[in-house]
Amino acid sequence: MKPILSVQNLCTRFDTFDGSVFAVNDVSFDLMPGETLAVVGESGSGKSVTMLSILGLLPRSSSKVSGHAYYSAGAGAAEVDLISLSSDELNRYRGNHISIIFQDALRSLNPVLTVGEQITESLATHKGYDKKKAYKRAIELLELVGISQPDKRFNNYPHMFSGGMRQRAMIAIAISCTPDILIADEPTTALDVTIQTQIIELTRHLQHELGMAVIWITHDLGVVAGLAERVLVMYGGTGVETAPVDQLYEKPLHPYTQGLLGAIPSIAGSGTHRLVSIEGSPPDMFQKPKHCQYTWRCPHVFERCWNEIPPAFEVAEKHFSKCFYDLIKKEPRAEDR
Amino acid sequence: MNDKDKDNQKYELSGLLIDEQEDRSIRAKLWYLWRLLWRDKSGLIGLTVFLIIVFTATFASQLSPHDPLKQNLHVSRQPPVWVEEGNAEHILGTDNLGRDIFSRIIYGARVSIMVGFLGVSMAFSLGMMIGLIAGYKGGRVDSIIMTLTNMILALPYLVFVVFVAAILGRSLLNVILIFGLTDIPIFVRVTRGEVLRLREEGYIEAAVSIGQKTPAIIFKHIMPNLLGPLITLATFEMSAMIFYEAGLGFLGLSVPPTIPSWGNMLAEGRQYLTVYPWMSIYPGLAIVITGFGMNLFGDWLRDALDPRLRRMKK
Repeated sequence: MKPILSVQNLCTRFDTFDGSVFAVNDVSFDLMPGETLAVVGESGSGKSVTMLSILGLLPRSSSKVSGHAYYSAGAGAAEVDLISLSSDELNRYRGNHISIIFQDALRSLNPVLTVGEQITESLATHKGYDKKKAYKRAIELLELVGISQPDKRFNNYPHMFSGGMRQRAMIAIAISCTPDILIADEPTTALDVTIQTQIIELTRHLQHELGMAVIWITHDLGVVAGLAERVLVMYGGTGVETAPVDQLYEKPLHPYTQGLLGAIPSIAGSGTHRLVSIEGSPPDMFQKPKHCQYTWRCPHVFERCWNEIPPAFEVAEKHFSKCFYDLIKKEPRAEDR
Repeated sequence: MNDKDKDNQKYELSGLLIDEQEDRSIRAKLWYLWRLLWRDKSGLIGLTVFLIIVFTATFASQLSPHDPLKQNLHVSRQPPVWVEEGNAEHILGTDNLGRDIFSRIIYGARVSIMVGFLGVSMAFSLGMMIGLIAGYKGGRVDSIIMTLTNMILALPYLVFVVFVAAILGRSLLNVILIFGLTDIPIFVRVTRGEVLRLREEGYIEAAVSIGQKTPAIIFKHIMPNLLGPLITLATFEMSAMIFYEAGLGFLGLSVPPTIPSWGNMLAEGRQYLTVYPWMSIYPGLAIVITGFGMNLFGDWLRDALDPRLRRMKK
């Protein structure tokens, strides 16, 4: 099957007064139709910037995006490279074929427009719905995302919604034009655990109903396990490991992923040992990477790691890791693949 | 009290009127506005003062008991009716030429309202457009506009106004143009500042992320957010313009003396301040009450126009 979104060698650089910040360095991944891909990594690893780059949402004057993001709207449809499009051309895809929901739903809703106005807006722009038709659809959408009394809530302002409801409203806006891809940029971080579960359930339900692919950005590995089919682990602006979710948890094959999974506190533990953490701190993003970004913290580091950027090795079926050290054989990788 | 009222009361008690604008008919909106006003008495006073003045200015010819320009030296310098020598014919007394002060104040409202309203409308519309362009476009356009704006703001305002008024001569149109043009920079500045702040808001990014085009973002997402602060600024600027107009009138630079205006009346009354104080007290009071009312109204408007502050008080 052909991927619906194929990101290749994506790099994003910000030009600031203090020099260039290399936020995303060579990220590649494929997204299959209807699939859920989780993107995990610590703060500053470039998860959000990757998504914003794909959608052209970064300020064009101060950021430089290179690489490709091929989007194909279905079997037989032509491929478009989203990176090469102008903002006017991108407007045809944003919200229509690819939607994004942000972390902070209150900041993402305009306080002076009613929730209804904001839902119908996208329908009017992309589908050319008139007021009546858009209203009907908006009510359906509000019902779909589980907001009770949608006809009353339609005329409410965002401040009258609770945190969970705001995120539901944001999801309603995002799915209003039944997109093929929904990018969820840590949508549950600002919510409490109960609401978090509800939002995750809702997204899963909607994904099933509408058949869209979901990219779920998070730093919560617990969420990933229950939600995603495939995981992309990001570190220092690059995707270090990609694997089906079961494989990743069972047999992580990049030292960073191992460290990350090792740092999860477990309920089963006796409670006498200290929590494990990864020593050191994230890399300096002002330097253009010349070698693997994990070298400073890696327990398996050897000479080659300091000289080359590792390519993606296929370490198992559909399982890629950017590391020169073979964690299965416990020795440096001999062959170049 | 029917069920619906009970429901409303329940929500009001919780501090938030959930069913706000449930019924979007004009009657419901007006009723909602009225309740909002009733809760904030200072806003009610402000609005009442404002409406009275507008009403007076509009129907000046019907309301005034006398011709404001008709001189009658037989009855000149009469004190107000409640003073011993007062005459019921002239409620607030007469001036040195025997003109009815009450009628002149009523007609004077016309000048004040015209200058305030038209001057602010001009500054508001032009200032907002220029500010929007400067704020949203940014870059060189922004620097040029802001340099010009700052240059105009650097001029001592009143001196500049007096200077222009002295050159252009005394007429109502000139006064409106002077105030309208010199007030543009303030609106440009406020608009630009707000646009710069709003441009970085999450919901603008969200609007871009669902494929909204630039004009839609400016007019649908940014402008409604601007209207609150700008309308509030407009009411304050309007009261300031009314003050300045009176000031210019006092200096003899506003409308010609043939048109009754509060400033002109003050200037004439000045010479008789110690002997016939009513000649300047009442036009002065008119100015003070107008300014006070407008400021109260502006304060209330700021709360009313911001949906986030639209919670029921108490």
